[in-house]
Amino acid sequence: MSEILGLKAKLGLDVFKHDKEPHIKIKPGMEKDPRLKRAVLVCPAGLYEEKEDGRVELTIDGCLECGTCRIACGTEVLEWYYPSGGAGVQFRFG
Amino acid sequence: MEEKFDAIIVGAGLAGLGAAYTLAQEGLEVLLLERGDYPGSKNVTGGRLYLNPIRDLFPDLWKKAPFERHITQEGVSVMAGARSLNISYRGEELEQEPYQSYSILRAKFDRWLSKQAERKGAMLVSRSRVDDLIIENGRVEGVYAGGDELRSQVVIACDGVLSMMAEKAGLRKPGSAKEFGVGYKEIIELDSALINDRFGLEGDEGAARLFMGEVTKGKFGGGFLYTNKESISLGIVVGIQDLMEGAPAVQAPVLLDEFKQRPEVARLIKGGETVEYSAHVIPEGGLKSLTKLSGDGILVAGDAAGFSMNIGVTVRGMEYAMASGYYAAQAVIQAKAREDFSAASLAAYESMLGESFVMKDFKNFSEAPEALDNHRIYTYYPELAGNIMRDMYNVPAGSKERLYPTVKKYLGLGELWPMFKDMRKVMKI
Repeated sequence: MSEILGLKAKLGLDVFKHDKEPHIKIKPGMEKDPRLKRAVLVCPAGLYEEKEDGRVELTIDGCLECGTCRIACGTEVLEWYYPSGGAGVQFRFG
Repeated sequence: MEEKFDAIIVGAGLAGLGAAYTLAQEGLEVLLLERGDYPGSKNVTGGRLYLNPIRDLFPDLWKKAPFERHITQEGVSVMAGARSLNISYRGEELEQEPYQSYSILRAKFDRWLSKQAERKGAMLVSRSRVDDLIIENGRVEGVYAGGDELRSQVVIACDGVLSMMAEKAGLRKPGSAKEFGVGYKEIIELDSALINDRFGLEGDEGAARLFMGEVTKGKFGGGFLYTNKESISLGIVVGIQDLMEGAPAVQAPVLLDEFKQRPEVARLIKGGETVEYSAHVIPEGGLKSLTKLSGDGILVAGDAAGFSMNIGVTVRGMEYAMASGYYAAQAVIQAKAREDFSAASLAAYESMLGESFVMKDFKNFSEAPEALDNHRIYTYYPELAGNIMRDMYNVPAGSKERLYPTVKKYLGLGELWPMFKDMRKVMKI
């Protein structure tokens, strides 16, 4: 699916603090798992993208830590942690 | 002797803060661990807080609380594709103190509340992610956080809707998509005088609106709008199951974009500037989806326990969070007085909750999730209402049909029977 208009700019308004490593990872071998395709639809930040060969890729920058992908795809597909203390999104309004 | 806290609270959201404040007030030694830069930095609300159910649990708290606006105007918009039916409610009871509900922003509110808890003596450590529980002989003895081993008589898991602490303690499973919604919203800055003009408000009066129908393309959920002092919270809540199943396949962010472009909404936010975008999962499974509330050495409160409820006209979670935090604290205070922190002693939490508005609400509304899980509510009825209104207000070039037949043609026996069945379900709410 193509990039959603204006979403990157919207995420750019949030304060993010860098983490040492991505806190969510697609488990090796699961890139084409049908459960992973759900993330493309449900992620409010649009961070999951399905490529032409059917693999789903995750860009962790801009993650709002909402937890939707963990619920939709499950932990067999995703290795899911919160970012380390003090890292990740820091809402100023919430 | 190594230090041992009376209680370690995982997560400084409203459940954790409610617990910390209550425990510290009674002089117990409390450690509150928060993974964000400050309390509220990872939290999202729609949002409003209803005060009546929790006013007396925290009597000294409200006078100086950093609320946004007290809500004096309630609204529902039933959205069809090209038209909408709007109901607006004002009542003098909403305009009189003590006010029933306030719009809030969590980064501001939680941070303030954490200061009050600290003032009572709670120890807050921010930027600290809890990685695991210390479990010995089947009992929770503390937590591991950032390489430190921290011990306590009891751990209160207030770590939010995904509650990995409750998972680790064996009190819950990850849960299925049907039991959760996702809420996401923009904070749109707008001059306060402009907000007052647009919504017909004065001073710190506020408006709340829910939107159902076309907004979610037939999926379980709706849109919401709350006025803050100098901004508008505008967002969508949608069932994760419906969203991931497609039919139609829509990416979540697109729903919000289209919602913003609806003329009914666009004119309310016109000239405003979006300053933040946030999202969070919401527990929506009701009574059946609550986790086990207590185990050996551990209690679960707030979203972590599943304490959030959508009954269509109101969507509530924060009062349940603060109240469950309060009762968890009371159970710990009693356990400390008895010098008995056993599982049986801590289970007093469940009986106190059982007698409170929290569990009574969840029992009263146990049928709500099923009754609202009906696609006709989000597609058929909004279109029907819109069409009836259109025909009633229509003045054609020729003669106008009588009103009764105008309405009647939409309500033949073929329509009324399924409506009757839907009504029977809705009447269970």
